[in-house]
Amino acid sequence: MILSVKGIEFSYSSRTILDKVGFSVQKGEFLSILGNNGAGKSTLLKTLNKILLPKKGSILLDNQEVSELSRLAIALKMAYVSQHYESNRQTVFDAVLLGRKPHIKWEATATDLALVQGILIKTGLKEFALRYLDELSGGELQKVVIARALAQEPEVLLLDEPTSNLDLRNQIDVLRSILTAAKEKNIAVVAVMHDLNLALRFSDKFLLLQNTRVFAAGGSEVMTAENISQAYGVSVSVERVQNQMVVIPS
Amino acid sequence: MVGSETVPDGGVNHYLRYTWKKKLIMLGLLAMTAVLALYAISAGSAELTPWQVLLTLLGQTEGHSQIIIWSIRLPRVLSALVAGTGLAVAGAVMQNILRNPLASPTTIGIAQGAAFGAALAIIGWGAGSSSSTGGGAVLIINPYIVTISAFVGAMLSTMIIIFLAQYKGVSPESMVLAGFALGFFFSAGTMLLQYFTNDVNVAAIVFWTFGDIGRASWGELGIMSCVVFGSLLFFLFNRWNYNALDSGAETAKGLGVNVEKTRKWGMFFASLITATVVSFLGIMAFIGLVAPHLVKRLIGGDNRFLIPASGVVGALLLLAADTLARRIIAPVVLPVGAVTSFLGAPLFLYLLVRGSKLR
Ligand SMILES: Nc1ncnc2c1ncn2[C@@H]1O[C@H](COP(=O)(O)OP(=O)(O)O)[C@@H](O)[C@H]1O
Ligand SMILES: [Mg+2]
Repeated sequence: MILSVKGIEFSYSSRTILDKVGFSVQKGEFLSILGNNGAGKSTLLKTLNKILLPKKGSILLDNQEVSELSRLAIALKMAYVSQHYESNRQTVFDAVLLGRKPHIKWEATATDLALVQGILIKTGLKEFALRYLDELSGGELQKVVIARALAQEPEVLLLDEPTSNLDLRNQIDVLRSILTAAKEKNIAVVAVMHDLNLALRFSDKFLLLQNTRVFAAGGSEVMTAENISQAYGVSVSVERVQNQMVVIPS
Repeated sequence: MVGSETVPDGGVNHYLRYTWKKKLIMLGLLAMTAVLALYAISAGSAELTPWQVLLTLLGQTEGHSQIIIWSIRLPRVLSALVAGTGLAVAGAVMQNILRNPLASPTTIGIAQGAAFGAALAIIGWGAGSSSSTGGGAVLIINPYIVTISAFVGAMLSTMIIIFLAQYKGVSPESMVLAGFALGFFFSAGTMLLQYFTNDVNVAAIVFWTFGDIGRASWGELGIMSCVVFGSLLFFLFNRWNYNALDSGAETAKGLGVNVEKTRKWGMFFASLITATVVSFLGIMAFIGLVAPHLVKRLIGGDNRFLIPASGVVGALLLLAADTLARRIIAPVVLPVGAVTSFLGAPLFLYLLVRGSKLR
């Protein structure tokens, strides 16, 4: 297990946000975290990366307790793409190059630059390379922050709603390139997904959060109409279309 | 024709060309600064040719011009360069750390803290009488005590800001607001002191507040240089951290940056520069604000280039302001602090209205 999480408890002042949450992912696996707004998905992702410190529980990254690792040590193995990201006056190339930060000693090497070029090509950002971030659209910016995380060459990739600003085609393209990277480089992906059908299409495992707790976890067998209806509080049906599971609110 | 034109490929070569452009622009700015410095050393009531200046600097002449250059003009010009560099890099780092384009040495209360410290010292230890020469300038009898007191005032202001951020959970974004409030607080303190003291002291305080490059001699220049270039080295070591911070604290943490530590020490060194420069030379507004903005417009916000280029632009601006202050109604020397504000404000407005971009 590259990432193994047990009994996480977290609260903001007195309000419990996460209660005994646990799961694990293996290299090359894509895990989707699902649940309503406010269920604690983003909070969970932040505790994994030591941005928030849980009250209790253990998070093992490659068999090391995350709370005992330095930020740099974590960044060498785990990349994080926040739900909220900011634009600034950096070029796209520089922003993606920043993903090499944990690996850079004094200055970026030719290898770093070549790697960034490859990622820009793969993510379709090539034409934007020298545009400033504050002149990009929301979707273009989202692709940049994902490209930056890929440039980090992590073993675990944490993504918080990576497709929230993308159009249909880019949703598919971006998730496909993440999945390809995951399978090729054996990266474990932990993604908070707001679109159930995209989650069903791209993930190997699912973690349904409801009201601070894990409601259900496992492979596609847990994505039943009953589980989803209860976790989200909306009645849905799950159908198979062209050998692909889809969720339809009813 | 499709396929035959050379589109920017977004590849490594294109990127390297782009970084080369930035380096060239920096070299150009450096060259401009050198030329201006040569002019500034040669211009004055005793006119020297740039050639004479060069020969003197190389130790090839003797006598009158040598004394003027080595004991008066050179320390003055170098002080302007060092102070301008310091204020500008401090401004660039503050704007990054506090995530606010309005942050600068004179807008977050540090300079006002220094002025308050100076005012206290002038009143406490006496400022002395108006001197008969030099257009009614006021002599400060105990410049060392005033300098030390100003430094203490500036660092006190700094410590309050860092304390608020560190222990009271004030976010970096609101630290600028806290700094404004602190600035007004210290200004009010200075005003009260002025209200209850005699005319000579008031004159001395006002005189101190106007920045004046001429106050520095070789000794002060030495101290300023150590602080400015030492801190600059620290900033350059952290340039990737600052780039990461530009993307927000959470992203920076995800990239392995110890955000709290980076902020605390960056703030400390930026403030140390400000405190040192301001307590030696007085307040020179707008350099630390305008220089980073100008550079951002010119070559973008990448701190690998932004920090050193801001330093060069700050040096250039302050030297230009000081040279103008010396020459515009010579032999009267205007206070450089008034000139930087007078020219800095319209320049800043111009930058807000219009920007150019490098591709
Ligand atoms: N900084 C904060 N302080 C207090 N409460 C917060 C904070 N951030 C989030 N919360 C609350 O924690 C709960 C979970 O938030 P979050 O993990 O962002 O949910 P989501 O599942 O939508 O990502 C929400 O009810 C939210 O209001
Ligand atoms: Mg969220």
